[in-house]
Amino acid sequence: MHEKIFEKIEMEKNQTGNIEFFLGEKEMKSFMLPEFIIERSDERCIRCRVCERQCPEGTHRYDGELDMMFHAEEKCVGCQRCAVFCPTNALIVRPHPSQYRPNANWTREKLQDLKKQAETGGVILTGSGNDKPYRIYWDHLVLNASQVTNPSIDPLREPMELRTFLGRKPDSLEIKIGEDFEGVEIQSELFPNVMIETPIVFSAMSYGAISYNAFKSLAMAAKEYGTLFNTGEGGLPISLRDGYGSSAIVQVASGRFGVDPDYLNVAAAVEIKIGQGAKPGIGGHLPGEKVTEKISETRMIPEGTDALSPAPQHDIYSIEDLSMLIYALKEATNYEKPVSVKIAAVHNVAAIASGIVRAGADIVAIDGLRGGTGAAPKIIRDNVGIPIELALAAVDKRLREEGIRNKASILIAGGIRNSADVIKAIALGADAVYIGTPALVAMGCTICQKCYTGRCSWGICTQDPYLTRRLNPEIASKRLVNLLRGWSHEIKEMLGGMGINAIESLRGNRDHLRGVGLEEWELNVLGVKGAGE
Amino acid sequence: MPKVVAKPEVCMGCHLCEVWCVVAHSNSKDIVKAFKYEKTPHPRIIVDENLPEVFAIQCRHCEEPDCVFACISGALYKDESGRVVHDESKCVGCLSCVMACPHGGIVIDLDNRKIVKCDLCEEIGFPVCVKMCPNEALIYEEG
Ligand code: SF4
Ligand code: SF4
Repeated sequence: MHEKIFEKIEMEKNQTGNIEFFLGEKEMKSFMLPEFIIERSDERCIRCRVCERQCPEGTHRYDGELDMMFHAEEKCVGCQRCAVFCPTNALIVRPHPSQYRPNANWTREKLQDLKKQAETGGVILTGSGNDKPYRIYWDHLVLNASQVTNPSIDPLREPMELRTFLGRKPDSLEIKIGEDFEGVEIQSELFPNVMIETPIVFSAMSYGAISYNAFKSLAMAAKEYGTLFNTGEGGLPISLRDGYGSSAIVQVASGRFGVDPDYLNVAAAVEIKIGQGAKPGIGGHLPGEKVTEKISETRMIPEGTDALSPAPQHDIYSIEDLSMLIYALKEATNYEKPVSVKIAAVHNVAAIASGIVRAGADIVAIDGLRGGTGAAPKIIRDNVGIPIELALAAVDKRLREEGIRNKASILIAGGIRNSADVIKAIALGADAVYIGTPALVAMGCTICQKCYTGRCSWGICTQDPYLTRRLNPEIASKRLVNLLRGWSHEIKEMLGGMGINAIESLRGNRDHLRGVGLEEWELNVLGVKGAGE
Repeated sequence: MPKVVAKPEVCMGCHLCEVWCVVAHSNSKDIVKAFKYEKTPHPRIIVDENLPEVFAIQCRHCEEPDCVFACISGALYKDESGRVVHDESKCVGCLSCVMACPHGGIVIDLDNRKIVKCDLCEEIGFPVCVKMCPNEALIYEEG
């Protein structure tokens, strides 16, 4: 029986293998070089065909007649799925060494993009975040530690607080102390806040952009660790509302997909999405093929229709309009939930953030130049927006100067890679950070940037039922919780080293940062001194 | 009865369970040597696919095993721990058990004119397919 199954697959493969190449419509001869080279050690390859089955691009092919494995390098996207799953480590997949004449101006990537465009005449799409060598300010900021004059703290022996509250804080704290100093009461008006156990929240990734299993894994991990995930603009499936609603930030975006009173009220917080770091000023487009029955139900649109998110919110053309939506959402949720407004980091981000806070937002979320996406025009992803470090410092400074910093929490996204980035962000003034790409990487993603194809080999950014089952939420959520736990431990160690025992005391405390290799203007924007000063 | 159970919803059809089953029942227990330099044993777990649905099938170690009742030579029997065991030396290769098994859990070894079946990796002490499945799509129920 075993043989039969193999035989059947072999027959099908042999029939379709290379022939499909000859049968298709005549296409223009492609002038592109393959991006990756595949090296298979024949000494190790046992013809198990795992690579063939794991590759959604159809790169590997078994030939039954010759008992040999073949591969078509031009199909390979370098996701490394085959290399990781090959049981004998017989595969190496690496960037193709073929080069054009070296040219600092006309790089291989520029040439390839041009050729691709000449062949298709379209906009070049991509996924994930900006991969261009813009300065990464995190790598030019160093942290402080205690020596002699102030003691450091050992987080393993002493309590260390990472708990964070997101939402508006009162302007001043009035306290009434009862007679004989009994019963202390807070007199000032308090606003709804959400408590998170660590200042790390999962970024907005919609069900539709990512698979149900990936979405559920994020929800499970957020709930287990006591933090939040963000539904993105694709709604929250009914099946997850009871279990995970209280760990969700639900988005209200320009397409208004999946928004109903229940959606808003099961959540921990509501977020109005104005923009996204990977594609500021650009809307979204989920192609009809991805709108399956379950997604159509969640997004409240007919099955198989394109889900189009317009570039602007058509009812928001001013801060006053934004204010109306913020209060409409507060009204709809009985003033019990903080409302966040998410924007992309652009040139006037500080002034815009100030307007957002004045419009009544309880959280300002800012997504930087390196923020990820499921699909965006490459030209936009790589050229629009500003680095999150500068945007964050500018916004925090502006809100402080205007005396309204307490009125909103700052959540930043786009470019966090490890716990040091998190702690530096907090020292620059963030209340908490969103992580998207790190969470995907924890689940398996290798940042191959092919999210937009819908054929994610790791089962994350796809709706293909053969691929989505690759992501087991039990395992993926464990990996995510481990990531949160590991980073939180490291943050505690770094805080302890600085002699601080609560993350609150580091927030906006730029004295714990020094710049290395930065220009005067950059130090000014960041509000930090140079190292040695 | 101890047995290996599949979770179809997370089985991705990689067939690695078959690969490692082969290694577990090889002489060398080395994957490259087993496949390339030994007479490759048959896997006792079989991944059945009707894409996108796919899951692994192997002996259920049934409470009332049809294969044991069907076996004409007494090669198949149920031991004290509840496992359905195959005594190769007694097998005459009549394949009655193959026809009797309602699950398709018995594999024909044509070269040796015998059958092979899941022994829960008796030699190793723990079912290797369960240990090596990369997606936790196989679970071992000792009960
Ligand atoms: S997964 Fe590895 S061993 Fe198996 S066929 Fe592919 S290259 Fe060969
Ligand atoms: S190893 Fe696991 S996931 Fe792969 S085919 Fe076997 S049972 Fe399915």
